[in-house]
Amino acid sequence: MRASDLLHPRPEGLYCPPGDFFIDPVRPVNRALITHGHSDHARSGHGSVLATQQTLDIMALRYGEDFAGARQAARLGEAIALDGVSVSFHPAGHVLGSAQISVEQQGKRIVASGDYKRRKDATCAPFEPIRCDVFITEATFGLPVFRHPPDTEEIARLLKSAAQFPERSHLVGAYALGKAQRVMRLLRDAGYDKPLYIHGALARLSAYYQSQGIDLGELEPATVEDGDKQDFAGAIVVGPPSAFADRWARRFPDPISCFASGWMRIRQRAKQGGVELPLIISDHADWDELTATIKETGAEEIWVTHGREEALVRWCELEGIAARPLHLVGYEDEGD
Amino acid sequence: MNRFAELLDRLVLTPSRNGKLTLLTDYFRSVEDPDRGLALAAITGDLRIAAVKPAMLRMLVTERMDPVLFGYSYDYVGDLAETVSLVWPQTPGRIANREPTLGEVVAKLQAASRSDGPKVLAGLLDSAGISARFAIIKLVTGGLRIGVSARLAKQALADFGKVDVAEIEELWHGLSAPYTALFAWLEGKAEKPRNTAMALFRPVMLSNPIGDGDLEKLEPVDYAAEWKWDGIRVQAVAEGGIRRLYSRTGDDVSGAFPDLADAMHFSAALDGELLVGDPREATGTFSDLQQRLNRKTVTAKMQQQYPAFMRCYDVLQIGDEDLRQLSFRERRGRLEAFVGTLDPSRFDLSPFVEFADWQALEDLRRAPPHPIIEGVMLKRWDSPYVAGRPKGPWFKWKRDPHTVDAVLMYAQRGHGKRSSFYSDYTFGVWSGAEGEEELVPVGKAYFGFTDEELKQIDKYVRDNTVERFGPVRSVRADRDNGLVLEVAFEGLNRSTRHKSGVAMRFPRVSRLRWDKPANEADRIETLQALLDR
Repeated sequence: MRASDLLHPRPEGLYCPPGDFFIDPVRPVNRALITHGHSDHARSGHGSVLATQQTLDIMALRYGEDFAGARQAARLGEAIALDGVSVSFHPAGHVLGSAQISVEQQGKRIVASGDYKRRKDATCAPFEPIRCDVFITEATFGLPVFRHPPDTEEIARLLKSAAQFPERSHLVGAYALGKAQRVMRLLRDAGYDKPLYIHGALARLSAYYQSQGIDLGELEPATVEDGDKQDFAGAIVVGPPSAFADRWARRFPDPISCFASGWMRIRQRAKQGGVELPLIISDHADWDELTATIKETGAEEIWVTHGREEALVRWCELEGIAARPLHLVGYEDEGD
Repeated sequence: MNRFAELLDRLVLTPSRNGKLTLLTDYFRSVEDPDRGLALAAITGDLRIAAVKPAMLRMLVTERMDPVLFGYSYDYVGDLAETVSLVWPQTPGRIANREPTLGEVVAKLQAASRSDGPKVLAGLLDSAGISARFAIIKLVTGGLRIGVSARLAKQALADFGKVDVAEIEELWHGLSAPYTALFAWLEGKAEKPRNTAMALFRPVMLSNPIGDGDLEKLEPVDYAAEWKWDGIRVQAVAEGGIRRLYSRTGDDVSGAFPDLADAMHFSAALDGELLVGDPREATGTFSDLQQRLNRKTVTAKMQQQYPAFMRCYDVLQIGDEDLRQLSFRERRGRLEAFVGTLDPSRFDLSPFVEFADWQALEDLRRAPPHPIIEGVMLKRWDSPYVAGRPKGPWFKWKRDPHTVDAVLMYAQRGHGKRSSFYSDYTFGVWSGAEGEEELVPVGKAYFGFTDEELKQIDKYVRDNTVERFGPVRSVRADRDNGLVLEVAFEGLNRSTRHKSGVAMRFPRVSRLRWDKPANEADRIETLQALLDR
């Protein structure tokens, strides 16, 4: 059989005709397999959802308990048969609960990676390379300019700035699922033991991470009660990036805006966003990790989804690996 | 190298002056010689390294990677130095545990000949990480563009050593990179460096604006009055065959005005205003003067069309005699005699404005005889020449600002304390035929309003946003809707960069005109009339 008979793009998302299911569909469908909890991949309203238990938990936190008609938890590495198609979930290292999905029939195996990264991350299980015939890779940072530095160096810069400007507060913009918790955990690993102040939008997800045994230390709401601005002098505050442009941010004394994202690699991005301290911390693979992973999977064919497809396809051509862009729509870069 | 690279990255993204000063002083404190002195020289533009052209840089990188992938990368990033620093292939097996220091990098670059320059650069890039590569490329392509002036760097030195910035300015031109003696003095480990160089800058005396009620306390007989010429303040110092023109902050601007520098056949230090034209015939306008500003090189034609001259109003030194302790009356006498000996096409004397009382002077101030006059100066007859801005001896009494009623078009988020406020405003005036009027942007202002008014405008912006582009919002502004701002400004220049053809000098919001309908704001012709005056 041809690989495209097993999986191919449709307007709703990646579709498997023999198994009659979609992977990360962007519209409500009958049967959905979900790689991870970011809202552009995990939407509500499907007939049934198959995902890791943590992804199911996260979806319930975000959309309410009735986010889907039925749900089934996939255990990592365990094969599940769906109408003659064998599917299995494997860690993707992107955020808590994230998984690659392997789809196999008649000896042909396609792995849909979803979003992934290769760096060590104490808040989720590490990526496992799976041998396959076709590897579907993301390309969020699919340009040779994206080379993420070690995250410990970035956190060290944040701590240095906090010491340098003790009269100001540092507002760290980080997406609510994954990045925020990773930044908190990195701060703890760097020995920062003061309370971290968090925006309300992070509260439930952070509590969930803690309940999964990921220690984030003492978290306090970034609210002013009977106090004044100076209560936040020297504090590190974590919140969704959009909140910092909002009136919400006025409670902090002369804040330094920081943004934890792979996009911060590009100076102009930081400048345009008014970011004073860019922290290059990404939950996606950088260029070197993307290309190394493609080789590791041993795949003969690479399908490239959301991001900068053309450069990654070009690289594959130079390496003699067949590659094509999938042109899936509807995936933004929420995770970074 | 990494510390320098980190400093550059922080400075370029830190908008506040105080923030920049903290970053610079911390750097001077934590980095040793000669690196900190070389960094200082790089920031003040005093580091001499043979430049590498962008085309060469591009060639170096495309020899090392697929040109198509480089093309995608450059298109995405948009900045050549940054793209190359990011995509430069990491050499396997390079010694990763130690990157070159700034001192080593500068030494290698300075020792390289023109022909082996590219090879040396490539070797340095091989040995460095991403941040350091960016800093190296910025050094060799010239122009750090990090928003730090030489003046700010000197202020940081002053803060670092807890001395007055005038002391740094006075020393500056006698020193050279890596400034080891300067740092030793600032750290209290050595005596203040002695100046033996010729034709040094002397810190200038500045004036205070006349405030409400100030004049009532002053006696007209105690003061001389002169026109305030709207040129650039310069200090002309010639000594032992060395001739230098300094800006008011002590930057050496001789290179931009060779015609004037060549005419300095004297041994003295003069204070005055640099203008263009021929002082015996006509003084040029500010737009004429602008032709000569901010140029690295100046053509013969430019020098002929807009010759520079100096309108002198003070003398600090003649020969070996320091005159700064003399009274203004005595210095003026010496100046008059001295200027009489100079080339009259290049030097003249700032004339006095005769007046009987403050009211008479006020009338003259309001109707000056030349468009480049921006008010009057008052100088106390008995005052010595004192560096800095002492209160009392010198006053400036400026012409009232121009105002225009303009409509708010775009608002941008501020930084730091203002990062959650839309605080930078682009405003426009009407242009076009009746019935087809549209707004053309004429300027940008980010101060002049109170905190309370800022809150009101911010709310207005949020409630009337029509489009967003990153940190910028476009605000509803048409014939029937819009917020009218009264904008005050000091003058208007022709501009080829702005669609409206005008550029305002020193614009600020002077009043919010909530009461005024948008269609009653001013038209572009009102501003154009000012240009033609």
